[in-house]
Amino acid sequence: MSPAAPATLTPATNGAAPARPPLTRKSLAADHPTWCPGCGDFAVLAAFQRTLERLQYPQENIVLFAGIGCSSRFPYFVNTHGGHFIHGRALPIAAGVSLSRDDLHVFVFGGDGDGFSIGGNHLVHTARKNVRITYVIMDNFVYGLTKKQTSPTSPVGFQTKTDPTGALDQPINPMRALISSGATFVARSQATQVAHMTEMMERAARHDGFSVVEILSECVEFYPGAFDAANPRKNGALKLIEEKKHDGSPEDAQRHDLSDEVAAFRLAALPWPGVFGVFYEAARPTKNRLEAELIARSREKTAGQSELQILQSAFARLR
Amino acid sequence: MVKPNITSLAGGGAASAGQPRSIQDAVIRLAGDSQDGIQTIGGFLARLAGRSDQDVMTYMTIPSTISGGPSIFQVRMGTGDILSAGDWADVLVAFYQHSYEDHIESLRPGGVLLYDNDHVKPNPDDKRFTTIGVPVTSRTIEAVGGAAKDKGKNIFVLGLLARIFQLDVAKLTGLVRERFGGRTEDVVRNALLAFDAGYGYPADNLRDCFFRFEAVQRVSSRPQVTMDGNQALAYGLIAAGVRYGAAYPITPWSSIMEMLRTELPKYGGIFVQAEDELAAVSYALGAAYAGHLAVTGSSGPGLSLKMEALSWAVMAEMPLIVINVQRGGPSTGLPTSVEQSDLLQGIFGSHGDTPRVVLAPKNVEDCFYIALEAGRLARQYSTPVLILTDQSLATRIEAFDEPDLARLMVEVKPDLTERGADFKPYPLDRLTRHAPPGTRTASGKFPNVTGLEHDEDGHPSANPAMHAKMTAKRREKIKALGAELALPEVHGDREGTVLLVGWGSTWGPIREAVERLRQSGLTAGQMHLRHLHPLPSGLDGIFAQYRHVFVVEMNDEGLYGFGQLALLLRARYANPAIRGINKTDGLTFRVSEIVDGVTRHLARHDLRETVPSFRR
Repeated sequence: MSPAAPATLTPATNGAAPARPPLTRKSLAADHPTWCPGCGDFAVLAAFQRTLERLQYPQENIVLFAGIGCSSRFPYFVNTHGGHFIHGRALPIAAGVSLSRDDLHVFVFGGDGDGFSIGGNHLVHTARKNVRITYVIMDNFVYGLTKKQTSPTSPVGFQTKTDPTGALDQPINPMRALISSGATFVARSQATQVAHMTEMMERAARHDGFSVVEILSECVEFYPGAFDAANPRKNGALKLIEEKKHDGSPEDAQRHDLSDEVAAFRLAALPWPGVFGVFYEAARPTKNRLEAELIARSREKTAGQSELQILQSAFARLR
Repeated sequence: MVKPNITSLAGGGAASAGQPRSIQDAVIRLAGDSQDGIQTIGGFLARLAGRSDQDVMTYMTIPSTISGGPSIFQVRMGTGDILSAGDWADVLVAFYQHSYEDHIESLRPGGVLLYDNDHVKPNPDDKRFTTIGVPVTSRTIEAVGGAAKDKGKNIFVLGLLARIFQLDVAKLTGLVRERFGGRTEDVVRNALLAFDAGYGYPADNLRDCFFRFEAVQRVSSRPQVTMDGNQALAYGLIAAGVRYGAAYPITPWSSIMEMLRTELPKYGGIFVQAEDELAAVSYALGAAYAGHLAVTGSSGPGLSLKMEALSWAVMAEMPLIVINVQRGGPSTGLPTSVEQSDLLQGIFGSHGDTPRVVLAPKNVEDCFYIALEAGRLARQYSTPVLILTDQSLATRIEAFDEPDLARLMVEVKPDLTERGADFKPYPLDRLTRHAPPGTRTASGKFPNVTGLEHDEDGHPSANPAMHAKMTAKRREKIKALGAELALPEVHGDREGTVLLVGWGSTWGPIREAVERLRQSGLTAGQMHLRHLHPLPSGLDGIFAQYRHVFVVEMNDEGLYGFGQLALLLRARYANPAIRGINKTDGLTFRVSEIVDGVTRHLARHDLRETVPSFRR
């Protein structure tokens, strides 16, 4: 898999347009985040700004969308075009943007409730359709904006206002759900690891297809210490996935082949806190490309005709 | 040899001395099963009428089953304006015994019953009709032969009808060739064999039953096109500049999305079949946000699911066209029947104060033009615009003057010109002009569109004064549209006893009803509303010209005794003269039902006026 950049880039990234000031954290800064002090999402924001600094897309061609939740306030905090949509539907609105404007770089930000609960159906189908979008899920295992209710990723036994005696329902396994839905780039990171997050987001953005990064991002208010087991500074262990280098060495046989879906499922099934890095990456035609090819085929028959002429001949057949 | 049993009733098919009886229009009802292809011949007759510069209107019912079940197709064709599909059939073609039994009462006394005597045994004691038995099934098998069995008996009947009505055979067989031309030569040949067998059926004795349409005198120089309402809407959307959209399949909306899925790529666009209604409206809003004119659509249940996102579209001030092909409700209701019970959902269905534009087309031709208007309004006012059409318009075929596409077609491209230093995404003192992504700004700050209440810069704001101001802004822009709308034309008497008010597909039957009322000596007018929200200003001036205002709607009178538009008009104008004529049988209005409704209201009213004790 070659993580190719989207097929259509604007002149600025091709180096053809006149030079413009580079994207910096300063030019990308917008409103000051409204998150609680100590929230993991601050680090995700910093890592994303660092990612954009690396990617250097034309600023006006970057689009951020989000649904509802603490993390879904993200678009207000980055100085790009964007929108704050309704709960759970950020993926389909972003897919509408991506499919109708091939010149844009579309990112979606949201939480575990937005992505896996109310928006779960859209996750499955956007993955299946492989729409060119990068989706960052800030997973904190709890509903924070509404002040501590059970989330689809809350572990069994976690006490919330809606489960005062402890959560009863089996939580979603995000990696497994994403791989089985057909996402073509699936990665997992941790909000205390800015460099790792940045690497994952950059690779996700460069992936030609539906790319998802789940980031464990602690809610210090309603689920403090949730991810300590994966935080070396809290005596946890951050175990990273070793990717296969295809160098023929004996140790390479033990490394993870990103295109191996079964191996990815095995990694996803590891006990808490599991492993971090890219679980799965596959090259599959995007819906963006398939629709463009459909348009090209449809237009072969009417080559050289204006849109008016096409419509006029349709009416002539109805006389 | 045919032995027509000719009725002696007045108005029967028999004419003197073997001369074809000259008629202005005829209603032909074809009754069979849904797999018999009666829609196909109905469509041929409609297309023929359109090509012959005749006016035409069709009406069909289809069973809500996967395959099979009784089905009818009614064609009314003739000269002059055809306003409804006809209350009574002049000719009933019955393929089966159940077709005969279920539909014989829809045949006008004196009308012609044409039946397949391989399957149908009419009641010999019923002398109201001219009855003609033809062995349709066995003659079709004889003509076509082979493994096709009785496939093609619809085309055989088409040939028979061509003979009876002296239709233009060259044009009809041309249509048959066009329809089946894409398939193998066998199919075309079999179809033409069946047609010839029907047309050439030894029917000399039938001559006395022949009809001939009066010569056509149309004023328009434009050719006619023939299509159904959903087709007209889809083409109207394309002409309006819609290139992107998304939807989820639901009857009777689906044929629009099927067409757009096929057609839009030819124009460089994309139509997405989304995973559900929520995703569908969201995809469409994504395309709107990206700077395009986009569409989503559904029928009642699906519109309910879109309501949250439509509320966002009002808040974020996004242009969008939303189509609702109404069907019988509530819930799954009657998926293949007609009702106008989504008006209040269309106007008020979302949470919060969400003023938006709601339009309704009056006939098939208007489906095309209303799509153009919806596109214009959505863009001008940066707002969602709902089009409320219905099942009867969706499936009804009409012929109308081909639109002047060169004059009407609109090109919509995202406006990516750099926005000046004074750009605000949500200005309080002027209409919102969305800046799509890709747009640079002089300030270097890029806008967010949002469903949170916001200030002029699009920042979230819970400031009480700001919410009041923004709520007023969203209201006032829609009110400004209401002030710009022309008053609807009044047809018939401009003052008098009765004003009939309608909206949507009831335009034709209401107009015919007004003519009948006037012929009976009553002063009556018709006012038809295409703009339901906002209402045009000044309707009260029209209402004041009449003693009674009856709102004719295919919906229930509700808990307070008024249909949905009547309720709205009473709330708006507090005028006690406004009352309703409603029905909820899932069928289109017969003209006689409207006339009877008026008569009933007037009888009650007169009773109250003349018998004072009645009030107690």
